[in-house]
Amino acid sequence: MSLLDLIPLRERCEAHRPWPRAIVDNEGWGVAIDRLEAGNLTLLGLWADGGAVHMALLDAAAIAVLTYHCMHGSYPSVGARHAPALRLERAIRDLFGLEAAGSPDTRPWLDLGFWEVMHPLGRTAPAHPPAPYVFLPAEGEALHQIPVGPVHAGIIEPSHFRFTAAGEHVVRLEQRLGYVHKGIEKLMQGATLASAARLAGRASGDSTVAYAYAFAQAAEAALQIEAPPRASYLRALMAEIERLANHFGDIGAICNDASFSLMHAQCGILRERTLRAASACFGHRLMMDVIVPGGVARDIAEDGAAALRDLRNEIRRIFPRLTAIYDNTASLQDRTVATGIVTAEYARRFGAGGYVGRASGRDFDARRALRYAPYDRLVFDVPVLTAGDVDARVRVRISEVEQSLSLIEQILDQLPGGEIRAPVDIQPKAGEGLALAEAFRGDVLVSLRLDGEGRVARCHMRDASWFQWPLLETAIEGNIVADFPLCNKSFNCSYSGHDL
Amino acid sequence: MRRILLDSLTHGSLTEPAPQPDAAMLTELAASLDRVARAKLGRSLSIREVDAGSCNGCELEIHALGNAFYDLERLGLRFVASPRHADVLMVTGPVTKNMREALARTYNATPDPKWVVAIGDCAVDGGLFASSYAVVGGVSAVVPVDLHIRGCPPQPVDILKGLVALMTAAH
Repeated sequence: MSLLDLIPLRERCEAHRPWPRAIVDNEGWGVAIDRLEAGNLTLLGLWADGGAVHMALLDAAAIAVLTYHCMHGSYPSVGARHAPALRLERAIRDLFGLEAAGSPDTRPWLDLGFWEVMHPLGRTAPAHPPAPYVFLPAEGEALHQIPVGPVHAGIIEPSHFRFTAAGEHVVRLEQRLGYVHKGIEKLMQGATLASAARLAGRASGDSTVAYAYAFAQAAEAALQIEAPPRASYLRALMAEIERLANHFGDIGAICNDASFSLMHAQCGILRERTLRAASACFGHRLMMDVIVPGGVARDIAEDGAAALRDLRNEIRRIFPRLTAIYDNTASLQDRTVATGIVTAEYARRFGAGGYVGRASGRDFDARRALRYAPYDRLVFDVPVLTAGDVDARVRVRISEVEQSLSLIEQILDQLPGGEIRAPVDIQPKAGEGLALAEAFRGDVLVSLRLDGEGRVARCHMRDASWFQWPLLETAIEGNIVADFPLCNKSFNCSYSGHDL
Repeated sequence: MRRILLDSLTHGSLTEPAPQPDAAMLTELAASLDRVARAKLGRSLSIREVDAGSCNGCELEIHALGNAFYDLERLGLRFVASPRHADVLMVTGPVTKNMREALARTYNATPDPKWVVAIGDCAVDGGLFASSYAVVGGVSAVVPVDLHIRGCPPQPVDILKGLVALMTAAH
């Protein structure tokens, strides 16, 4: 509550749950920007709905949303004074046609000039040929540019990276994203809750559980219902299995990018075992579409708990040996230690979630900060390191594997009986819900507005990557070009989750 | 210590085919793929993966093809970094408008003879995203497709099966 007390408000919106939303005018919007700039608040999201712009703010464990109704299609730029908002404002303009007045960067972001319409979620107009995209300048003697992508040399999602290098050293990296923009938020408008949940589960396939989790929580907040206790435990179980699988994949892949393929092979085995256990428990290797608004679509298989205990035993047997190899291999650490450093100041200012933030001293984890069920009844640590390099991001993941194993054990031990799904469509009602769920790479925000007929009026999803991608640009500065894959993999940002 | 670790890790039961349907299918696949691939392409087939708009779910399972359980490379199949080195383009996703040109260019950069394998339900016809302003549709809307492997995402073993089917058909 104290979060909104310091901001001049025009009107509170009662329909928004569980955290408050209030309408502000120029003064309140400006105070919020002041507080962001001063570092008193963290920007959780910035998105549009019709002619209004919403700003989600975080203060320790309190969240609030401010709404600014645009006059003449424009609102005061947040990005002008708080850089993390810049790309979000560019996306708002591409999708809605709302201008961030005073923004220093008015280039398009998601609209690469290939759509037939402009502002597909706002007042649409036929597209006209785009102006050539201008990358930010880097000037100096003997600098050269290296353009990479959108099709990359591996099994990777598409994007364009523009390096400016002095010899081997990167002077500047500028990213250009948007290539996998599928128009998910537009597809969600008017969709039933069930089909919108399926779309949410395909925002970023590696975080399908986390997205479905956040979407379901937002829907339940809007409808003022609660998932049954058993469903809530099963959700967390899936979220931790997903975290394990992704962390194994990442730890192996980071070592592989340092040419240490043994770890890659061994972590690949653990990842595969985890996916097979997931499939044995929930019938799908990635556990897609199991979490639904109201609860979960299916119960854990009868022999699921046994499969998970076998998995836990196998991981406990193998993983410590792998971390010992990581610890004792100087040639590997030579690549990861002091490479790709994200400063604590940047991590704080950008509100970097997940291992990117926690490897740079930002002690935030949505599971602990918000204590959403069932994490309020589970005991776990949030590992935080301060070095901010590739090594720290590996080590945070290693510690999180241990935490997830412990959480899985606790969940299996405490798993309550009973229903797994509460009805959502008995009495459709209008409402607004916001949820934050901790995906393996950081917090996923979902804001959902339901019309009175059981359909989605507006849904916005913000991947943790939005606040991590810009930090990758800072992390690579001064490193050699050949270390970029290593740095990039240590972030493992989502392209699809960002582009939507 | 490294030796002990390596021994215990690499000489365990993992690398042996376990008596499960999965492993049995894989052994069978390995034999048939080996025979056909040898006839067509001297025992090797190079694959260039292109994500044309996927949610990255398909990429995860394509990655899994390389792990110890599926071990794609023992079959003579491998992923290459450039379309110029590829026999097969493995394309995922509904093709987004933002990726249409990049996909077409990648196809044009791949030398003949070439095959295109579309992976996942979205690659068939755009899937859940088909009606979007930002999506062209399935892969065949941009480049000719020789084989669709369905699934959301398809399991690694389904992708292997599909590659065998392609080889047999192309024979």
